[in-house]
Amino acid sequence: MGPLIPNGIIPPEWNFVIAILIGIVFGFTLEASGFSSSRKIVGTFYGYDFAVLKVFFTAALVAMIGVYYMDYLELVNIEELFVLPTYTWSAITGGVFMGLGFVLGGFCPGTTLCAAAIGKIDAMATMLGIFIGIFIFSELYDFIEPLFDSSYLGRITISDSLGISPYWFIFLFAILAVITFYVVDVIRKRVKKVFY
Amino acid sequence: MKVHIEENSHVYWNPYFGGLILGLLILFTFYITGRGPGASGAFKSTVVTIVDDIAPTHAENNAYYDRFIKKGDSPMNTWLVYEALGLIIGGFLSGALSGRLKLYVQHSPKISSKKRLIVALLGGVFFGLGAQLARGCTSGAGLSGMAVLSLGGFITVISIFGSGYAFAYFFRKNWI
Repeated sequence: MGPLIPNGIIPPEWNFVIAILIGIVFGFTLEASGFSSSRKIVGTFYGYDFAVLKVFFTAALVAMIGVYYMDYLELVNIEELFVLPTYTWSAITGGVFMGLGFVLGGFCPGTTLCAAAIGKIDAMATMLGIFIGIFIFSELYDFIEPLFDSSYLGRITISDSLGISPYWFIFLFAILAVITFYVVDVIRKRVKKVFY
Repeated sequence: MKVHIEENSHVYWNPYFGGLILGLLILFTFYITGRGPGASGAFKSTVVTIVDDIAPTHAENNAYYDRFIKKGDSPMNTWLVYEALGLIIGGFLSGALSGRLKLYVQHSPKISSKKRLIVALLGGVFFGLGAQLARGCTSGAGLSGMAVLSLGGFITVISIFGSGYAFAYFFRKNWI
C-alpha cells in the first residue's frame, strides 16, 4: 500500500531516479502548456489568456480526486501523506509577496526553470532574483521568524476547517472550477487580444 | 500585424489536457514518495549551499540556513534538487521538440529589454521571499497542498492569485 517508498515497497535508492523522472514529466508538461512564456502566464491576470488558471485548477482537481479515490480504494493511506502544515499569517503574507512577484516577473519558480531551459534570458533574471529573495529572507530570518511561526494550526485540511466531508468539498470545488472555466472564457472573449 | 499573428502561432497543449497530465503526475508523486512535487525547494538548497561554502560559520549561526545544513552531506543532495534538474531537462525537451529553443529576452513591445530584465529580476526577488514565508511556491504549497486539501495550501493559492489580480493594474504597462 502506498506511499510506496516510505513503506519500503520501492527501495529508497530509487528515490532520486524517480525524482528526475518526475521532474522531466513536470517540466515537459509546463513547457508544452505554454508556461515558458511570461506573456502567456500573465494573460491570466489581464484577461487575454487563462491557460494558467485552467491548467492549475484542473491539475489540483485531478490530484485531489485521485488522492481521495486511492485512499477510498485503500491503495494509499492519506494519513501517511505529507500535508503542508498551516500557518495562517505566513501563508497569507507569503502569497501576497508571490502574487506581486508573479505580475512583476511573469514566472513562478517552476516555470522560470522551464523558460530558462529553452533560452529565455528574462527567466534567467527571475532565477537570479529568486536566489536573492531567498537570501534576503534567510538573512532577515530573526526578524521574520515571529511571523513565520505564528498562527500555527498544524496538519489541518480545508474540509476540517469548514466542518464538511472532504468528498463534499471536492465535489463543490469541481463545480466551482467548471463555473470558473466557463466565466473566464466569457471574459477572454470581451478583452482586447494581445499577441505574443 | 502579420508578424504578430505568426508569433502567436505557437501550438501549445490544450490547457485541460496539460492540467490532467500535471494532476496525474502530482497523484503519482504522492503515491510513490508520500509528498508532492515542488520547485522553490531546489532554489533554497542552492542558496544554503552557496552561503555554507562561502561563510560556513555565518550559515551555522543563522537559524534558517542551519535547518537545512546536513552534517557530512551537501544540502544539494535532496529530492527536490534532483526533481528540479529533471524539470529543466523536461522543459528543454519539450521546447526542442516544438522548435522553441531560442536565446532571447521576451518582452512586450511597449517596454525595452533592459526594463524587462530589471522587472523580471525584481519579480524573482519577491517570489523567492514569498515562497520561503509561505513554505512553498505555486507548486509545493499550491498544487501539492491543494491535492491533499491542506488549508495552508488553499490560503496560499487564494493569496497568490488575489494579490496578483490586485497588483496587476499597477503593472499593466509592462504587459499590455
